[in-house]
Amino acid sequence: MLQIVFDSLSLGSLYALGALGIALIFGVMRLVNFAHGDVIAFCVFALLWPSTDAMAIVFAGQLPWYLLIPLVLSVGAALSVLCEIVVFRRFRRANPATMMIASFALGFVIRYFLLMLFTSRPKSISLLPMLSQPVEIFGARLPLLQIITIIVTVLILLGLTFFLRQTRFGLEMRAAAENFSMARMLGVRANRVIMGAFALSGALAGAISLIFVSQTGTADIQMGSSIMLMAFIATVIGGLGSLSGAVLAGFALGAASVVMQVILPVDARPFRDAFVYGAVILVLLFRPQGLIAARGTQERV
Amino acid sequence: MGHLSAEYVSVAFAGLKALSSVTLRIQSGHISGLIGPNGAGKTTLVNVLTGFQIPTEGTVILNGQPLGRLKPHEVRRRGIARTFQSGRLFRDLPVIDNLEVTGVGLGMSRRTAVAEAEAMLDWIGISALSSRIAGTLPYTDERRVAIGRALMGRPAYILLDEPAAGMSAAEATELSNLVRRIARDLGCGVLIIEHNVGLVLGLCDHIVVLDSGAVIEEGVPADIRKSEKVRHAYMGTAAETSLPAEEVML
Repeated sequence: MLQIVFDSLSLGSLYALGALGIALIFGVMRLVNFAHGDVIAFCVFALLWPSTDAMAIVFAGQLPWYLLIPLVLSVGAALSVLCEIVVFRRFRRANPATMMIASFALGFVIRYFLLMLFTSRPKSISLLPMLSQPVEIFGARLPLLQIITIIVTVLILLGLTFFLRQTRFGLEMRAAAENFSMARMLGVRANRVIMGAFALSGALAGAISLIFVSQTGTADIQMGSSIMLMAFIATVIGGLGSLSGAVLAGFALGAASVVMQVILPVDARPFRDAFVYGAVILVLLFRPQGLIAARGTQERV
Repeated sequence: MGHLSAEYVSVAFAGLKALSSVTLRIQSGHISGLIGPNGAGKTTLVNVLTGFQIPTEGTVILNGQPLGRLKPHEVRRRGIARTFQSGRLFRDLPVIDNLEVTGVGLGMSRRTAVAEAEAMLDWIGISALSSRIAGTLPYTDERRVAIGRALMGRPAYILLDEPAAGMSAAEATELSNLVRRIARDLGCGVLIIEHNVGLVLGLCDHIVVLDSGAVIEEGVPADIRKSEKVRHAYMGTAAETSLPAEEVML
């Protein structure tokens, strides 16, 4: 039982962090950034020497954790900001569909860049080996990594909440997320706010890639896309643009996946994701505006 | 004493003239009114004065200097603030944050912005609303918060676009008192656009009447009351304006 709870929470953490990365950018510029998943993959591959071997040659992985983590987060933030400056800035006035397609294209560019250097073969990699030891809590043996994942996610969420509520930049970002043009009219520095959202989103991608690689022990060019899909669904269920909704829905999806894995008959387990998506459809049928509708998107009559 | 004016302003949208050679002057410490039937170009004129609309012809003059082609937030920094027909607050944010972000946008430090926001809410008399989420406020409170937001940074001029729309008589009176205090105590030059002509006649020092994009009359309230042209402009349109019959007959 405890195992299920922790499994749900740690899987949910990944989805929640992913959803948050998408919701942050959607909030300030109505862009569903499908390149986010590839940014996640890039963060890990940035630590590796280009090679076609099955064993990853890590050049930065030997760094102590207190250097490794900031490095990966900065890589994510930097790439994400670069995407903003090089690509999305040019689409600022385009409609959301155009921006979304641009994000798909950008995602492919990043993915094929990685593919060129590393081939599509997944590489085994051990980044933070000390985390794979099990620990005993309330009689259950749990991987230390799972507990750290959950703790880190909670810390990130608390940190982000503090940042958004207590800092000047956070205030500008909340205002811009709700009504970008109004915020701009009031003198909120639009470019800085958008770059900040991309940087935060990219750093979150870095965090996800660290957690994911530590959990699975493999670096795979496709790794971002599976998380991205679930994270995108989480942002939709959470009510596009609502940060708290995205986080909540991320955890709910994680829980749904783990619970389905346990309760479904053995024969049906390979189709777990189909059941999860089915549940998503049901949720959206009853609450098309998402669990927590972003208030800014509601029009008053 | 400073003044803000639109001089011979024309605006054309795809060949359609929204304003033709309109001149209007707002003076510090005075309350000016802008009235006219729907579609007369009132909001367009406010848009021109606040940088939201670039005029096809004519200029906006602030204290003797042409304003030039400034963006809305640059105009705001020069001390010309406005409200919008539908409050347009940040509905997810608490009231205090709505004011605070305006202060920050004007270049204040966060600490200064909070202090001024609190002082402003207190001055208007809505301190109690400080931590309420703006989107949950009743209509009239929303309007007062929008005015508070516009007053952040102590602008020299404030343009109010239909601040009394949908208000009861008692609420409109309260609003009038607030507008008087803005002109008298803060020394602001106020321009008020209103459909409630009774309110405008009782409140303003000077009134400009627009119809079909042109000034058809201007003067002190007594002149406007007597004006045959104003009566005609109002009677000629649908009965949606709130010009009471007796006001017209006076």
